[in-house]
Amino acid sequence: MAVKKMTGAQILIECLKNKGIDTVFGYPGGAVLPIYDALYREKSIRHVRTSHEQGAAHAADGYARVTGKIGVCFSTSGPGATNLVTGIATAYMDSVPIVAFTGQVPLNLIGKDSFQEVDITGITLPITKHNYMIKKTEDIPRIVEEAFEVASSGRPGPVLVDIPKDVAAREIEFEDRGSLGKRILKNPLTHDSFDLEQIEEIVEAVVTSKTPVLYAGGGVNISGAHKELVEIAERCQIPVTTTLMGIGAFPPDHPLYLGMLGMHGTVYANYAVTNCDLLIAVGARFDDRVVGKIEEFAPKAKIIHIDIDPAEIGKNVPVNIGILGDVKKVLIKLLEILPAQKREKWVEQIRKWKKQYPLEYDRKCCSLKPHYIIEKIYELTRGDAVLTTEVGQNQMWAAQFYRFENPRSLITSGGLGTMGFGLPAAIGAQLGKPDKKVFNISGDGSFKMSCNELETAVCYKLPIIVVILNNRTLGMVRQWQELFYDGRYSQVDFEHSVDFVKLAEAYGAVGYRITTKDQVEDVILKALNNDKPTVIDCIIERNEKVYPMVPAGAPINKMMGIDKNQNN
Amino acid sequence: MKHTLSVLVENHPGVLSRIAGLFSRRGFNIDSLAVGTTEVPDISRMTIVVNGDDYIVEQVKKQLNKLIDVIKISEIDPVNSVTRELVLIKVNADTSSRSEIIQIVEVFRANIVDVNKDSMIIEVVGDEGKVNAMQELLSQYGIKELVRTGVIGLNRGPKTIK
Repeated sequence: MAVKKMTGAQILIECLKNKGIDTVFGYPGGAVLPIYDALYREKSIRHVRTSHEQGAAHAADGYARVTGKIGVCFSTSGPGATNLVTGIATAYMDSVPIVAFTGQVPLNLIGKDSFQEVDITGITLPITKHNYMIKKTEDIPRIVEEAFEVASSGRPGPVLVDIPKDVAAREIEFEDRGSLGKRILKNPLTHDSFDLEQIEEIVEAVVTSKTPVLYAGGGVNISGAHKELVEIAERCQIPVTTTLMGIGAFPPDHPLYLGMLGMHGTVYANYAVTNCDLLIAVGARFDDRVVGKIEEFAPKAKIIHIDIDPAEIGKNVPVNIGILGDVKKVLIKLLEILPAQKREKWVEQIRKWKKQYPLEYDRKCCSLKPHYIIEKIYELTRGDAVLTTEVGQNQMWAAQFYRFENPRSLITSGGLGTMGFGLPAAIGAQLGKPDKKVFNISGDGSFKMSCNELETAVCYKLPIIVVILNNRTLGMVRQWQELFYDGRYSQVDFEHSVDFVKLAEAYGAVGYRITTKDQVEDVILKALNNDKPTVIDCIIERNEKVYPMVPAGAPINKMMGIDKNQNN
Repeated sequence: MKHTLSVLVENHPGVLSRIAGLFSRRGFNIDSLAVGTTEVPDISRMTIVVNGDDYIVEQVKKQLNKLIDVIKISEIDPVNSVTRELVLIKVNADTSSRSEIIQIVEVFRANIVDVNKDSMIIEVVGDEGKVNAMQELLSQYGIKELVRTGVIGLNRGPKTIK
């Protein structure tokens, strides 16, 4: 065993390599200099420098979401660290495993309000699964090990590791072992405590149910349980609805698929949930955007909740049966004993609702419709692309009108709802899945929050296609102002719009503009084939809306915009 | 309804703020919180008294369990347990009231730990009922200052929470 002298920063890099990390996102600065110095000659780790630390956190997040691996980002102390905060909170809300390493001022300057000092472990306390400040160089291997284990185990989530400059710079004797550092944490980190009796309870409930619905969340994507989900649905003829985060976990064209439920869900998903006698929640958390008015959510149903996080069971909605475990493991056990069933009447009812209330928009309208653009992207990519979104109307149209064939292919900030997430997340996604076509579905508002990351896409030659659904307003906020604030459009419209084509060109990307329907296919094809970062500025109408819509806090079967859909 | 939780945690800096922060951001109310080291040097034990219904206490326990520094949580049985709190009360006591106060102290099996011309400090150890009764009786003389440690407790019998 070789014992050599290494700095803390070199040890950190060794640990990351041992963890199989080959890509990190970050931005250098004063307090993190020793770590960047250790990276300088490192061949096996690709460092992607973003334009802003927030972009680094989102990129690590996007990388983690598409690959299922841990995303890693670096930043310096102070403002570098605080710039990561939105990215860390985004990952926390959507259970994405990232590990953020921040430089910190040297130990002797901590607590003195030193230059670029900030208490980042204090700041990120409520938005990380756990965080660390390393005070001894010797602790680096152990803490890196723990950080990765905490981030990826159980319900995944972000971990932050703060490293003072002198801790990273100090040289110690380092024994290079295969497995570096061992955790000393006593917390079990995972909870798999279901037993056969509980599985039998589910079977009993399914067998006696006439109108069951499976309600699948992000947990199905995270645990990779999509095949099992399809098998259960087919075997017992149970319709499946997914949350925003669950999209991709069920084949979009399957007769049993109900699409997304909740505020902008399909009519038939919301009707099915409202009328079901058994609701099986799989890796979902009964978010307010899904549930609407709690008292009237699935009012006739017995509720089964399968989740890996004990704190989610019974948190938002009281449940009849709570099963604690990794959803894939639970579903596999369930498949062992679940008998096949027919449920013609219920499936027929679902079919009728789907026919009566399809997800629609005005196809005959001559103007350029955002829904049409998303549908075209679907057609031209056959549902196989990775889509990242921003937040607002663009996000909902992407969720409604792109039919996602693969798990982990809709990359969106569901919980925190972070505008500016999509472009940097697309950078991470493209690096994680170099063979996939990656689109960032954006709005003009969101795009302006992170468009600086176009530079990153150009610099690393990532052929991301940014599709700006440009309505020259903050569309979703405007929609609420129109519907609930008597049309007082406060601070949402942009009177002097930016020329996004020129902007794209200024960054060295390709820019196109679409103003009419007949340009859509050509331009998307050009973008798909030019192999360059591309921005497509799509000029859509300002008063486009997302329908159907359940007003906040209303029962989910009371939807606005249904008639409008039917009439159009 | 009050619930007393015993929480074993890693003896790390920052543990207290993690736990206190969790209570405030989830909107749980802490009645009292006492913390100290245990028979194992790297483990501390917190005794937290929470006011809330079963749903709240269930949530508190589950959310606490998610903190990586939390090792084990158990609820102190309200009947089959020993709970104690230590209180120091500085009460007005001149020559006219001193002997009366001493009598009260004796009845409650409390201790006088400091006496001067105008006041004395009384040390009371007991459960909440005893402490409250003592406080009420002494209030007629004028309580100048009062400090309590918060409740600590152990379940009776050989069983431990480890």
